Amino acid sequence: MANLTINGKTINVDVEDDTPLLWAIRENVGLTGTKYGCGIAQCGACTVHIDGVAMRSCGVTVSEAAGKQITTIEGLGANGALHKVQQAWIANDVPQCGYCQSGMIMAVAALLKEKPKPTDDDINEAITNICRCGTFQQVREAIHAAASA
Amino acid sequence: MLPQAREGAAMNQHVKLNRRAFVIGTATAGAGLAIGLDLPFGGPTVVRAADGSPEVNAWVVIRPDDTVVIRIARSEMGQGSLTGLAQLVAEELECDWSKVTTEYPTPGQSVARKRAWGDFSTGGSRGIRSSQDYVRKGGATARVMLIQAAANEWKVPASECTASNSVITHTPSGKTTTYGKVVEAAAKLEPPADVKLKDPKDWKIAGKGVKRLDTVDKTTGAMTYGIDVKLPGMLNAAIKDCPVFGGKLKSFDEAKIANMKGVKKVVKVGDSAVAVVADTWWHAKTALEAMPIVWDEGDNAKVSSESIAKWLTEGLDNAQPAYVGNKNGDALAAIAGAAKKVEAVYSYPYQNHATMEPMNATVLYTPDKCEVWCGTQNGEAAFAAALEASGLPAEKVDVHKLMLGGGFGRRGMTDYVRQAVAIAKQMPGTPIKLLWSREEDMAHGKYHPITQCKLTGAFDADNNLVALHYRLSGQSILFSVRPEALQNGMDPAAFQGVAQTGEAALGYSVPNLLVEHSMRNPHVPPGFWRGVNVNHNAIYMECFMDELAKAAGQDPLAFRRKLMAKNPKHLAVLNAVAEKIGWDKPAPQGVYRGIAQVMGYGSYVAGAAEVSVTDGSKIKVLRIVASTDPGYVVNPAQVERQIAGSFVYGLSALFYGGCTVKDGRIEQTNFDTYNSMRINEMPKVESVMVPSGGFWGGVGEPTIGVAAPAVLNAYFAATGKRVRSFPLRDQNISFA
Repeated sequence: MANLTINGKTINVDVEDDTPLLWAIRENVGLTGTKYGCGIAQCGACTVHIDGVAMRSCGVTVSEAAGKQITTIEGLGANGALHKVQQAWIANDVPQCGYCQSGMIMAVAALLKEKPKPTDDDINEAITNICRCGTFQQVREAIHAAASA
Repeated sequence: MLPQAREGAAMNQHVKLNRRAFVIGTATAGAGLAIGLDLPFGGPTVVRAADGSPEVNAWVVIRPDDTVVIRIARSEMGQGSLTGLAQLVAEELECDWSKVTTEYPTPGQSVARKRAWGDFSTGGSRGIRSSQDYVRKGGATARVMLIQAAANEWKVPASECTASNSVITHTPSGKTTTYGKVVEAAAKLEPPADVKLKDPKDWKIAGKGVKRLDTVDKTTGAMTYGIDVKLPGMLNAAIKDCPVFGGKLKSFDEAKIANMKGVKKVVKVGDSAVAVVADTWWHAKTALEAMPIVWDEGDNAKVSSESIAKWLTEGLDNAQPAYVGNKNGDALAAIAGAAKKVEAVYSYPYQNHATMEPMNATVLYTPDKCEVWCGTQNGEAAFAAALEASGLPAEKVDVHKLMLGGGFGRRGMTDYVRQAVAIAKQMPGTPIKLLWSREEDMAHGKYHPITQCKLTGAFDADNNLVALHYRLSGQSILFSVRPEALQNGMDPAAFQGVAQTGEAALGYSVPNLLVEHSMRNPHVPPGFWRGVNVNHNAIYMECFMDELAKAAGQDPLAFRRKLMAKNPKHLAVLNAVAEKIGWDKPAPQGVYRGIAQVMGYGSYVAGAAEVSVTDGSKIKVLRIVASTDPGYVVNPAQVERQIAGSFVYGLSALFYGGCTVKDGRIEQTNFDTYNSMRINEMPKVESVMVPSGGFWGGVGEPTIGVAAPAVLNAYFAATGKRVRSFPLRDQNISFA
């Protein structure tokens, strides 16, 4: 049992303490924008924000996340508008299959909060998500576009 | 254990898979799917979409508000065909692109309508090229009928009317109407017997890099992939199949997990797998991992990468039987009498597709209906699998296709659908979502086939290449998955990229040539992995071309050009990348270049790379230039993404990939042991599109063939070291 605050709403989820946050979000809360890719914090498809920091939710337990502010892709925008990273993603037609893109967008949104005008080196260091379609070129262009938006 | 039995030049360790594939083919025929393409356009009876809007024909539905719904039979897995096919229909339809939306017909609907939408298969880079003709006719036919309906209403000749942007205009009077206003009348008309398609030079929507139609939901988390399906009362299943391919399930101790939270049922799946069904997938997976399982691993447990390699190496011996795929002159005699010869042996490993979304399918089975929700590259194959696994007749089965979290060939196979139906059948009335863990996905891939290749080139006294012997030894995909496509035992697809003619023809003319394949089929199941056989054939041939150029003391580009005079389209893309990368000017200090070309999937492609190398083993890929001639480009922005993505997929496999076999099973378990390139390792890919027209080639796959050899040839230029065995991590070569 844990109280999770997700996208501003506190939800009581009836799961074991060691349940990965990813599965509580997907199966118990029902927000499926956060994706399962590896379960071992390698691929980044499950990236969410925990107290504003990008974290791989498959590697965080619900007991660790309880009481903290969790943001998923569904809660990234504010006041009915998409986040500027989402807008840049649409403008630059970034996703191919799109499966890794929720995690990619969450990682980028956290980067821009820390470094509003990231250099290519900043991007190389901070964005370590796997994209098997290989849409990295568009990701990079869209990050720069979002930074100047 | 390597059996000695042979059939012609084929040696096999897994007749069982062959038989299973055959059963699928039979089920397909039984379901009436194997009939020829039929295009039931309109006609007097109006067919309506689910919302009541009329179909003009199977491809086009128009709503009263002028929304145009274009039906897409092929699957979208990121490659952009959904948008490209819609562009082709919209182009001929002359509709307002901003009002276009798409929907998938189901395979069940297709069966009921005598295969109205043709082939659903989305592989072999065929999505657009093998359906462009009839989908464009679908759009053009609908346009003619809509114009006719307006002309009838106005009582004017249709020849005085034109259509543009969903608006029909009677030119003499200036009267206008819209598609949505005349669609009811148009749907009742007889379709024209023949329609003329536009010359691609007149395209306004097709040929343009318009935005994809499926982007927004992919940025908000709203897109539903197979893994995201939710049905009332649904339970979740986790599965383990015998880790040794061909092994069996001996026993499992379900009492040990009976009291674990959420567990509902433990079910046997076929004769080799067991699944735990629970309230959540996390509970199912946790319980499955806690359950003792005993496998009957069988003789295949004795197979290792070493034993496979040894067996394949034997096939490189000319004394062993082999299928001849391409031949002119007498290569063996010319080599025997040559002034100089060069020989090299290459090998390429198994690769897993590693789609980001692991395999999954959701099934609701009742004795009266079997419904499947899944991502699939071939709706009809998934349908046939569900038909066979459920035992129900075609009219009681259907497949609802969802967005694929990657395909790359893996989701053309239907093993996961079959398993999900087998589980659901044991729990009638309860929807079951089967999801593979990443570990299960790594352990039960349909792997890029394993091969070795011995290449021998011979020169005359003037350093002209007079003979080339290309001897492949290794696995055939078709033997396993489509045995009916073998030609007297030979796998014609094994020669993709080195064939004499056709959509994957060799671009070099050599007076004495012998290309052959000693087929050896280990027990590891192969599948169509992006690029398929073009991959290793292009790596072997294009790396060896550099070896030959070096032996001849010639520049790699100049050496190739001399052999390509009879293949101007191959040469044109090679020249295009050479020009773009500046091959005729020296590279900057410390920067080295490599070049490669191949033909595959009906398209001509070339790539060039610039690299720097530190400590002889750390490669920084600085620049990639790629050229493609696919005949026609339907959406240049998406073609560019397919080209760049092919480099990421191909170079990931080259540097990080490779699946090895130990005790009959795959050793790699997740992305920590089967890594993939990240953004920091990938330079921008500069694409040069040179569509020459007159043919339709694919773009999803061919470029992967040049990705690895372009970089390997640049590494060779930098270090003088020739790598002939992959992945590079096994040679302690990495990204800088």
